Amino acid sequence: MSEFLSYFRQDRLPHIWCPGCGHGTVTGALVRAIDRLGLDKNKVCVVSGIGCSSRAVGYLDFDTLHTAHGRALAFATGIKMARPDLKVIVMTGDGDCTAIGGNHFIHAARRNIGITTIVMNNETYGMTSGQFSPMTPKGMLGTTAPYGNVERSFDLCELAKAAGATYVGRSTSYHVPLLIDLIEKALQNDGFSVVEAVTQCPTYLGRKNKLGDAVQLLNWIKDQAVNVKAAAVMPKEKLEGKFLIGELHNGPAPEYSAEYGELIARVQRSFENVKGGLWECASNSD
Amino acid sequence: MPKTVKLMQGNEACTAGALAAGLRFYAGYPITPSTEIAELCAEELPKMGGCFVQMEDEIGSIAAIIGASLTGKKAMTATSGPGFSLMQECLGYASLCEVPIVIVNVQRMGPSTGMPTSPAQADVMQARWGTHGDHSIIVLAPGNVRECFELTLRAFDLAEKYRVPVIVLTDEVIGHMREKVELPDPRDIRPFNRAAPRSPAGYKPYAADPDGGVPLMAPFGAGYRWHVTGLFHDETGAPSGKSDVADKLIRRLDAKIENNVDDICEFSGEGLEDCEIAVVAFGSSAMSALSAVRRARKEGVKAGLFRPKTIWPFPAKALREVALHAKTIVVPEMNLGQLALEVERIAGCSSKVVKLGKVNGELFRPEEVYAAIMGEADNGGTGQGSAKAGEGAK
Amino acid sequence: MRVEFRLSGSGGQGLLLAGIVLAEAAILEGKNAVQTQSYGPEARGGSSKAEVVISDDDIDYPKATDPDFLLALTSEAYRTYGRLMGKGTIIVDSSVPLDPAIAAKTVTLPILKTAAVDLGKKVVANIVALGVLGGLSGIVSDAILERAVLARVPKGTEDLNVKALRAGIALAKGETPPESC
Repeated sequence: MSEFLSYFRQDRLPHIWCPGCGHGTVTGALVRAIDRLGLDKNKVCVVSGIGCSSRAVGYLDFDTLHTAHGRALAFATGIKMARPDLKVIVMTGDGDCTAIGGNHFIHAARRNIGITTIVMNNETYGMTSGQFSPMTPKGMLGTTAPYGNVERSFDLCELAKAAGATYVGRSTSYHVPLLIDLIEKALQNDGFSVVEAVTQCPTYLGRKNKLGDAVQLLNWIKDQAVNVKAAAVMPKEKLEGKFLIGELHNGPAPEYSAEYGELIARVQRSFENVKGGLWECASNSD
Repeated sequence: MPKTVKLMQGNEACTAGALAAGLRFYAGYPITPSTEIAELCAEELPKMGGCFVQMEDEIGSIAAIIGASLTGKKAMTATSGPGFSLMQECLGYASLCEVPIVIVNVQRMGPSTGMPTSPAQADVMQARWGTHGDHSIIVLAPGNVRECFELTLRAFDLAEKYRVPVIVLTDEVIGHMREKVELPDPRDIRPFNRAAPRSPAGYKPYAADPDGGVPLMAPFGAGYRWHVTGLFHDETGAPSGKSDVADKLIRRLDAKIENNVDDICEFSGEGLEDCEIAVVAFGSSAMSALSAVRRARKEGVKAGLFRPKTIWPFPAKALREVALHAKTIVVPEMNLGQLALEVERIAGCSSKVVKLGKVNGELFRPEEVYAAIMGEADNGGTGQGSAKAGEGAK
Repeated sequence: MRVEFRLSGSGGQGLLLAGIVLAEAAILEGKNAVQTQSYGPEARGGSSKAEVVISDDDIDYPKATDPDFLLALTSEAYRTYGRLMGKGTIIVDSSVPLDPAIAAKTVTLPILKTAAVDLGKKVVANIVALGVLGGLSGIVSDAILERAVLARVPKGTEDLNVKALRAGIALAKGETPPESC
């Protein structure tokens, strides 16, 4: 870890996550990917919402923004559009991203704005102590699903792809090298990228569903994960109850802030000689 | 460049004021009767290298302008009732995190969808207290189209100076009416720009005099690598659950405004020096009130108009001076008596406060305010009877 | 002196634009002007009302209180606002049946027909109406009104709109003495 400590605000450590939580692993994967790409720390901005996942940004030594529940992508949209040269990363959770922030998520994907979104999916609301989320598998227990969750869950990666994200991948806090690779590639995509990291919550999801300790929970996650390449040659029935990991979609398309930049250039060319009227008052500033 | 004289719409003047202040980022969502502001920003901002984003909703709109403001850009959104309700959460965020933003709320009839094309002034309390928690905020209320320009420009200056969200509270009448406006020579406009730190070395993003100091604000992407959080935070920006940190922060945010009311508060008026019956009105109601006051004065009644341009904080000191000689204060407003509560708080001990509420989606007719003034005049300004729509305060 | 105009009809008739041009013409003449409007949710077909107040002095109250001129292009507008008229003159389109209960001074003019038949474009009815209002009120000179129209109308439609304006002014001037009271 030590070689990556420089990416952290060491005076803010130790973190508040529970023993055995997977969020630290995902945060570690992010800084490893950033390190591999050699990104300028001063040009990286990391934004989060509310929940366990959102606490990651407080420990990271970049410009960081810990926003309101579900709104990280909307704040990040403002940052990216105001400063398209910045590498903008959103760290979010399953509840933050897909429930309260679901609308911002699909619209950020639709616009293909250059934001890398890392969703730490522990399938529960950990910060508020274990209510079911839109990503909790049907039938599982939560404090607000005491008789088992009757709702269907999202496939976040399919949702992202359908909404227009141009890079989509999924890994887990068990498959760390893959996670780092996916984040690295996601950071290189100009448009909207989503990496779902399935992580363990031993404190609430694990305990409530009697899935054992953190290691047992990690194994439970590992056993459900099937690499997309392997899945391609597996019979359908064998994929029952499993989820795919790996690069799930890579379809580059024009990025929103760049497209808007071109619009600005085009408008400025056509209005070069137009001065006066109401708006001349604006030429005073900047 | 000479002054520009033209017929201008209120919403247009708000946009012009914002651009004059240096607006470079607008995010918004279409809503009547504010939409012209979004449309004009979509058209004008790219011409000056700025950015317009149409967000998925008003929550996203305010979030996006906070993000943009953190990069150092002057940022604004505009909305009306239902959208303003959605913005309350992040309004508190901007207040706590001290991110300068400007929100134009062109008020319409509510609650709920209400009457979207009709004016109201019923967001007075929401503008002050809409978000949860004690918080600092400034609310300006233009009384005509020219002031839409001036006060939106000023809203940016105040937002930048005090690092607070500033709300420009107009209404459907002012937003949509067109008036002859004389715009100042652009060279005479000197917008205020937020104070920035000199170097990242030792930068403490929330270090400030506890007695209402305003911390220096670094833009994102400039090497400061600082942390912004909606959790209570210490002067380094680190989240803190300590009671003394929380207490110090909230008191400083409050003092930022309370210690500077003389700088922030503006009002105008007519006949205030000797009035026995004062009318306190803001925004479009003040236009009706002014007409009524002038008529009453012509007929020998010592009436006066007190028109706050800043409604939060309210220019209390100035009103108290008026209340020394105004036995009665009539408060016409297009709601059931919101600003009147503040007037009662300030002057209720010395003057009789008469609420004149109108909630039918129409602007006051001057004769309605006139009748209220004359009703009070007949009672010697202190009598027990009151105007038809009025209600004695004490 | 404060002169108040109320322009009423249905959404899509362009009366708001006519009001704006009237106010802009007044400003070109160095007067003060305020234009307001009220409207419903319909973009087309609903009732529409624009008001213009013109004065050499400061204008405090922006809306018409006792209009000097009411323009009514539909019977609904005529019935709704005609009843409220006091000292002022109603200018009503010839297609609208008059209501004997409306007592204010009334001038009937073929505004819609002039646009649709004589000029062949019913969309310029608002500019014909503007010419009528300018001609009857004398609030601004014909030349200034024409300048104001030219500053507002889309490129390529200048001739048509100037024709419409002049037709409106002619209607107004042919109206002395008025054909009906």
